[in-house]
Amino acid sequence: MGSISLSHVNKSFGDVQVIPDISLEINDGEFVVFVGPSGCGKSTLLRLIAGLEDTTSGHIRLDGQDVTDAPPARRGLAMVFQSYALYPHMSVRDNIAFPLKMAKTPQAEIDRKVDYAARTLNLASYLDRKPRALSGGQRQRVAIGRAIVREPKAFLFDEPLSNLDAALRVNMRLEITELHQQLKTTMIYVTHDQVEAMTMADRIVVLNAGNVEQFGSPLDLYRKPANRFVAGFIGSPRMNFIDGAEAGKHDAHSIGVRPEHIRLSTSEGAWQGVVNVSEQLGSDTFLHVQTDFGLLTVRTDGDQTFTHGDKVWLTPDPNRIYKFDAAGQAI
Amino acid sequence: MATRQTRTLARTMMAPAVIVLFIWMAVPLAMTLWFSFQNYSLINPMMTGFAGWANYVYVIGDPSFTQALLNTLFLVGGVLLITVIGGTFLALLLDQPIWGQGILRILVISPFFVMPPVAALIWKNGFMHPGYGMLGHLWKAFGLQPVDWFNQYPLFSVIVIVAWQWLPFATLILLTALQSLSEEQREAAEMDGANALNRFRYIILPHMARAITIVILIQTIFLLGIFAEIRVTTGGGPGYASTNIAFLVFRTGILSNDIGAGSAGGVIAVIIANIVAIFLMRAVGRNLDA
Repeated sequence: MGSISLSHVNKSFGDVQVIPDISLEINDGEFVVFVGPSGCGKSTLLRLIAGLEDTTSGHIRLDGQDVTDAPPARRGLAMVFQSYALYPHMSVRDNIAFPLKMAKTPQAEIDRKVDYAARTLNLASYLDRKPRALSGGQRQRVAIGRAIVREPKAFLFDEPLSNLDAALRVNMRLEITELHQQLKTTMIYVTHDQVEAMTMADRIVVLNAGNVEQFGSPLDLYRKPANRFVAGFIGSPRMNFIDGAEAGKHDAHSIGVRPEHIRLSTSEGAWQGVVNVSEQLGSDTFLHVQTDFGLLTVRTDGDQTFTHGDKVWLTPDPNRIYKFDAAGQAI
Repeated sequence: MATRQTRTLARTMMAPAVIVLFIWMAVPLAMTLWFSFQNYSLINPMMTGFAGWANYVYVIGDPSFTQALLNTLFLVGGVLLITVIGGTFLALLLDQPIWGQGILRILVISPFFVMPPVAALIWKNGFMHPGYGMLGHLWKAFGLQPVDWFNQYPLFSVIVIVAWQWLPFATLILLTALQSLSEEQREAAEMDGANALNRFRYIILPHMARAITIVILIQTIFLLGIFAEIRVTTGGGPGYASTNIAFLVFRTGILSNDIGAGSAGGVIAVIIANIVAIFLMRAVGRNLDA
């Protein structure tokens, strides 16, 4: 069991209010991702749940039990840190066994659980090595192993993949998702990378300046962003925003169109523009087109070979135009 | 890497310092070795010439030598024990976020800036004097007989003074080590259910092992040659109760005017220091690789 509920949680460091007022309900077994730009309070929120920071006001409940003032060890949560935080002087085996040893688990049971975790994470042949003799991905797995053996109510991940190279990151992303399907334990995952958020999450919490902008499934956020911030944050490349007269035609203060929802033509269309930069990825091409209302990004297939200075016509998909009012809320 | 030109330049620039240092070390060592095999006593200036091993036999054979050796051992061991344990404790305290941390740290470190004879005099007259020392007044305030520290516990008193001087050094090095421990590791241990004691034992202490090794190595080298504190306070006495090897060399060579025997004692001291250094490097120096 591992349902987590936050009610009116507030956190201030001195005069600086990092999290004004957050209420969230996270169901048992859910994979929830906290995503947002750096400094949005997502790590602080995770640390509040972990118990590494004191809440200024509000309540945190685990399985219905108030743990607001409980020390971290009592909450039964396991955390994987950004720097892995392995104990450098201990072997991999001792690292994984450490939480069990602290809980005074019998040695036979420790051995059984460590071996099980090591098999699950493909660490069996590294058990006697020191962390410094491991690669980044292996260290990450040891950190996860240390979390698994405790059989926690929930796992907390604090940007665990940001120190890995791109290829390994994709790998570990899959491994963590698989692990979640296998263990079916609640997981909270903090990241600034919206791709990680979209691919891994059951539900995403988009945070901005300590406020929850939207809480929903990845496709919900993509299809029905609640406001301009979420619309711009979710999706890659990011949504194009157009203000002024062109937005006025749609009875909105501003409108947004995703790069993948713009049709490109050399002869006709709604908006005319000149190609500024063309980014070719092989599978896709991203064109940055200069128009009368600013630079727009357009996603097109990889066979297009436009270059700087080419004249093109753009037509937005009329069903996929997002409208926002003056306050940035979706209409 | 450096080019051939810069390497040559570097060598040329360093040469004077290296040569001067080498001469300053080699000449006294050679002279000491030479004198230690000579009959050279200022009390008996007519007796000269090669003495063979007589000086060494005289120094080692004297019962004061065994006592000085033991005293050296207790002095070094006692000071190390106090400074390492006390230093760890102080470092843990100073690592806590408190108001006035900067000033407090300077205060803790300040005894290290006091030169040894002055420190010894402060302790001798300010604290340990049975008549007008602070400790004497304290004892009297409780209606007790003041302790005459340098007569009743001469070696212990010297150990206390030297430990007071070296505690800041140990604290400083250990505090630096403590501060280099990543916050995430501590938090991870906290999440893993380790209480303060276990965090200290399994996370903090292993992390500080290297710094502790350095403190032990550096202090041992300096503590083997403690002289000023003994000279100013007990004068090695009563009897030989607080005489260490370095002070024995002084007593033999300068106070008894026997340059030959004093030199022999000096050579023995050098040999002992080297044995200890090698032993230490083997025993604890392993922590330094890694």
